[in-house]
Amino acid sequence: MTSNNTTNLKKEILIRLVKAFWSQEFEKKTRLIPFDMRPKGAEVPYRCCIYKERKIIKDRVIAGLGFPIEEDDDTMSLAEYAKMALDREVLDDKPLTVLEAACKACVPNQVKVTDLCQGCIARPCQAACKFGAITVVDGKSVIDYTKCKSCKMCVAACPYNAIVKVAVPCEDNCPVGAISKNSDGTARIDFDKCISCGKCVSKCPFGAVHEKSQIIDILKLIRDKKETVIMFAPAIMTQFPGTIGQLKTAIKKIGFNHVYEVAQGADITTRKEAAELAERMEEGQPFMTTSCCAGYNEFIKKHAPEIKPYESTTHTPMYYTAEIAKKEHPNAKLIFVSPCVAKKQEARENENVDFVLNAKELGAIFIGMGIEILDCEEAVDAVQPSKQGRKFPVIGGVAEAVQFCATCEVKPVIINGLNKDTAKQLKKYAKDGVCPDGNIIEVMCCEGGCIRGNATIADPKTSKKILQNVLENSEDIEK
Amino acid sequence: MEKVVVKVCLGTTCFVMGSSNLQGLNEVVKEKYGDAVVVEGSPCLGVCSTNWEFSKAPYVKVNNEIVQEATVESVLAEIERQLA
Repeated sequence: MTSNNTTNLKKEILIRLVKAFWSQEFEKKTRLIPFDMRPKGAEVPYRCCIYKERKIIKDRVIAGLGFPIEEDDDTMSLAEYAKMALDREVLDDKPLTVLEAACKACVPNQVKVTDLCQGCIARPCQAACKFGAITVVDGKSVIDYTKCKSCKMCVAACPYNAIVKVAVPCEDNCPVGAISKNSDGTARIDFDKCISCGKCVSKCPFGAVHEKSQIIDILKLIRDKKETVIMFAPAIMTQFPGTIGQLKTAIKKIGFNHVYEVAQGADITTRKEAAELAERMEEGQPFMTTSCCAGYNEFIKKHAPEIKPYESTTHTPMYYTAEIAKKEHPNAKLIFVSPCVAKKQEARENENVDFVLNAKELGAIFIGMGIEILDCEEAVDAVQPSKQGRKFPVIGGVAEAVQFCATCEVKPVIINGLNKDTAKQLKKYAKDGVCPDGNIIEVMCCEGGCIRGNATIADPKTSKKILQNVLENSEDIEK
Repeated sequence: MEKVVVKVCLGTTCFVMGSSNLQGLNEVVKEKYGDAVVVEGSPCLGVCSTNWEFSKAPYVKVNNEIVQEATVESVLAEIERQLA
């Protein structure tokens, strides 16, 4: 997700929260964030008036403090929320929250006849509609919404492109139908269906879907001088300037004690998955899917249990890295950092991992604490993960790694992004028990892989270039 | 004529706030101005730290002029202005 106005607004709020946290007056400074960002007389860039701007900023701060916005009734001040965040021992269990006030601006999902309708004689729209929903009134086509099923046949039929399907980005991009607009026009997430993939977060042009941040809980660990471990996913090093060694030093400058590259765990995942594939092929199984994408794992659990027998039982790179880190630092709190929304859910189910940060939040901490990565010294580390492990976040990288290590014949199939169509495709493989195109199916919920994850910062071209540099200086995995 | 020097800040603040979006600038400038304009990455230009104006990042310097909330378009406009 490249930076734009909504992502920068969200980042700015996180930076202000970090600065407020380290000031002597966290509660007061937090309460003032909407007023500092939209002071009296300031221009009103996005909404109808300064009061609504401030209200929406307030809601975003609530999410930044890690609370659900849906439950806010506007009676509590941000100072009270800030205090609650400081006192909190247990995290909220749902990773996402929707801002009603920011959401309402979007028109409901429907097919519409625009002014471009010429009232033609052929009336192909009427002929194309199987539900009899289109009539012609005063020479223009009119849709009867009690009959319309939004099938879009009329959209395709109109020779003037006069009929359009109004887009609702969150609904349209959700691969599992977990978010939809209520009758009052605001979106709601059905958490029984939600796989936490984060597509709604990055696709909403109003920035109305927020992650509930754990940033305050993590800063508290540092303030209280608790022993901490940061484990950063390989996609993270593509999101910041400087080298891996400089990034590690910068992370330690924040106050974290130990830093691990999750690529180290990816190497374990690779070896185990390669061995598992060979075993399965020997047993005569038709194909196996990878298992490192948290969004995909949730998808199987909630929507496609039929795929489960085909999914690798190998654990994720986060799992193995956390296992190693916990063994080496049994009393430390473990924090996983990635550009992924779904990992919050995975971490919740992993007893070794305590907290999750995303790339934006880590960036906000660097800025809020004035840490300059390019000025940091190179940290020297004995453990050097492999080229293959560091390439996990690029689409095709996991399958390539497994292929490199496997002792059997490997023919990769790549699912580049989980959406409504690829979800169907995967279910079909499982139902038929056949994948005609190969024997290892790599599934990445985010198109392009984790380096294009929903909480990334850098332009994809830049992150690819950074990764390229890293890979050139990395060694092949030991088989 | 003096060369126009464009410095894209790659300090942490500017990078996090979107200076990596300016990747394309190099190619566009080369095509448009040839050798008359040079684009280079720079460590922190120090603009954000003067009064912590992080919200106006990313910053780009075109010779001595600072462009705030820089985009490819706004940087090109400043180059045009200086060349005119």
